[in-house]
Amino acid sequence: MRTHITRRLLGALAVVSTLALTATACGSDASDGGGDSGPKDVAAALEKGGKVTVWAWEPTLKKVAEDFEKKYPKVDVELVNAGTGDKQYTALQNAMAAGSGAPDVAQVEYYALGQFTIGKSVEDLASYGAQKYGTTFTSGPWNAVTEDKAVYALPMDSGPMAFFYNKKVFDKHGIKVPTTWDEYVEAARALHKADPKIFITNDTGDAGATTSLIWQAGGRPYRTDGTDVTIDFGDEGTRKYTATWQKLLDEKLVAPISSWSDAWYKGLADGSLATLSIGAWMPANLTSGVASASGDWRVAPLPQWTKGDKTSAENGGSSLAVPKAAKNKELAYAFTEFATTGAGASARVTAGAFPATRADLESKAFLDTAFPYFGGQQANRIFAESARNVGEDWSYLPYQVYANSIFNDTVGKAYVSPTTLTDGLKQWQEAGVTYGNDQGFTVNK
Amino acid sequence: MPHVLFTPVLTLTTVSAPTPLHTLLPHSTPRLRTRSVTDARNPAMTLLSTRATAAPPPRPRARFRLRKEALVGWGFAGPFVAVFGLVFLAPIGYALYLSLFQDRLIGGTSFVGLDNYGKALTDPRFWEGLTRVGLFLLIQVPVMLGVALLVALAIDSGRLYGRTFFRVSIFLPYAVPAVVASLIWGFMYGTRFGLVGNVNDAFGISLPDPLSPSLVLAAIGNIVTWEFVGYNMLIFYAALKVVPRSLYEAAAIDGAGEWRVVTSIKLPAIRSALVIATIFSIIGSFQLFNEPSILQKLAPNAITSDFTPNLYTYSLSFSGQQHNYAATVAIVMGVLTAIIAYAVQLRGMRKG
Repeated sequence: MRTHITRRLLGALAVVSTLALTATACGSDASDGGGDSGPKDVAAALEKGGKVTVWAWEPTLKKVAEDFEKKYPKVDVELVNAGTGDKQYTALQNAMAAGSGAPDVAQVEYYALGQFTIGKSVEDLASYGAQKYGTTFTSGPWNAVTEDKAVYALPMDSGPMAFFYNKKVFDKHGIKVPTTWDEYVEAARALHKADPKIFITNDTGDAGATTSLIWQAGGRPYRTDGTDVTIDFGDEGTRKYTATWQKLLDEKLVAPISSWSDAWYKGLADGSLATLSIGAWMPANLTSGVASASGDWRVAPLPQWTKGDKTSAENGGSSLAVPKAAKNKELAYAFTEFATTGAGASARVTAGAFPATRADLESKAFLDTAFPYFGGQQANRIFAESARNVGEDWSYLPYQVYANSIFNDTVGKAYVSPTTLTDGLKQWQEAGVTYGNDQGFTVNK
Repeated sequence: MPHVLFTPVLTLTTVSAPTPLHTLLPHSTPRLRTRSVTDARNPAMTLLSTRATAAPPPRPRARFRLRKEALVGWGFAGPFVAVFGLVFLAPIGYALYLSLFQDRLIGGTSFVGLDNYGKALTDPRFWEGLTRVGLFLLIQVPVMLGVALLVALAIDSGRLYGRTFFRVSIFLPYAVPAVVASLIWGFMYGTRFGLVGNVNDAFGISLPDPLSPSLVLAAIGNIVTWEFVGYNMLIFYAALKVVPRSLYEAAAIDGAGEWRVVTSIKLPAIRSALVIATIFSIIGSFQLFNEPSILQKLAPNAITSDFTPNLYTYSLSFSGQQHNYAATVAIVMGVLTAIIAYAVQLRGMRKG
């Protein structure tokens, strides 16, 4: 009796497994048609109308979608928030693998774009005429979305770095705003000495911030040429960064508070976290998240690694890409173009986004904007200057999303144990090499 | 697609609500035990098997009748089998299928046979996580079950003042979802703005940071204990309620003290409840996920992405795009959990 039941169960299992097998087999062979349509098709598609599904979390796109529908009444834009950052990328990757359910347009941060271009899962927009925007965008973002002749996305915003500091705290303790990272360390010591509750900034190990500062210091740890990848955290730029940052960690001058946590917002509001070195998209977050400290904060250029330099780096920022699995690619491109260039881009800047377009960055209205939060300071001038001085030739890994997810497993040790930053970065490098080789890349060979 | 993969893990996640109910019913635990022993002597079973062996070669009519009966049987069992197959067997089958492949960013999907299993068995990150939950199991589970047993015995002793209040308030944390519980404790553990920070400020002392790498496992153990003491207490208390009061009277007449009653009557009587609670706790420990996953935001350097095997499969699949390898790790973990839980069950039941 018992064996009988077992046999039946096994039979059922076999049937079910077979079904599962067939289901996957069906799922994976959704083929995509070629994407060789020129600008003409875009106009025709707009004429014909249809529906564009956009996956994005950028709030200013809502207004753009409305404007686009107004301009092209036959087109229906559906804006979906499929999650922020890697949550959205996971959903996107799954939809692409499944061959159905992928959006027509997707927001992808610059650091994550490589994962999609290497798998050839986003359209090369050059075939739609996107090459002509080469001079429309600032160089940092444009480099991030292009590879040789291919244009894999259009830049939506950017995050040239700037130095945000709590002027009230600096004034109270009579400390000079640092212009170099050495002065920054001095200021950190002075502030913490004046009031042990005050830290120059918070840091619990953030892959984005670390890579950005290495970028500014001239380090170029990642090189990608097709599937050949090099990871090297031993170059001079990286060493400059670790030497300075190790001092801050050793002397416990940075607060062990994670960014975006409740404690972080509280610290920014009460003056116990005195500065932030972060992307130019930060003002909107300060205004809404740290409203009570309005008037206390100011913006300055990022401290330099060498006195008198003006070098900057990007921190964050995202683009709009058209997945190969999109149903209506011409309309998708039309929307992407509308939202990232011309009037659409300007409208988003007005709504608070930080532009990636030269025209908006240089417009008088933009530069002259006074920020009440920063005591009336024309902060955009500093951001625009930073955008012009972003270090060239930076590239991320084609699998940066995964690499960043294990940053705290490796480099994080430097924050909570005697491990040094240099050793932590070495471990991060090794983990990245292993993963890359496992994934079929040729890393450090 | 990876959602499917996680279904087998999630269906078993810690002690999910439906399972415990039957153990709370009086008599249910002893019956469970006797049934497995007396299976062979079950009269219904004997009847069936006699008919099967003694029946003459089936005539066409009888065969038709049998087939009809079988059909009717399937009509009853069908809906269950369908749902069972779809939500239980299919995900496991799919995970097994996934584990035989490798999907790479360059080169796509290829069949690799049992390579993933070889990789998992020699993966230090997996074993580190497994060792960690093993340690957790060895320390947290005895503490939690010990406290639960103590409370159950105290309530059952009838000498406790405000018994109902005590019972309800200890059980209450179990009604708090694990995610919320972790958030609450996460706030309390804060050394700056949390309870720990307040205590430090108020008394001018400096307590060690519960979320530092050396203490974080204990901090998680504390949360899990807080959550599940009440639940285990209820299992033990329900089992104690079933013990006939006359036994205690007889023991008292024989001159047995309270301690003797506990060791000679109460503990042996709730033996199966103890075993079942232990098995649930073993499974719960091996599947530790919610608490570390929530606290990771507060202590990113103390709780690594491979802190527990479940967290490791999660990060492999959701940030590493390694669904196939994640499925393999999940299966290996499932098999290990089943083996250990089964060994404990055999051992626990044998002596009884």
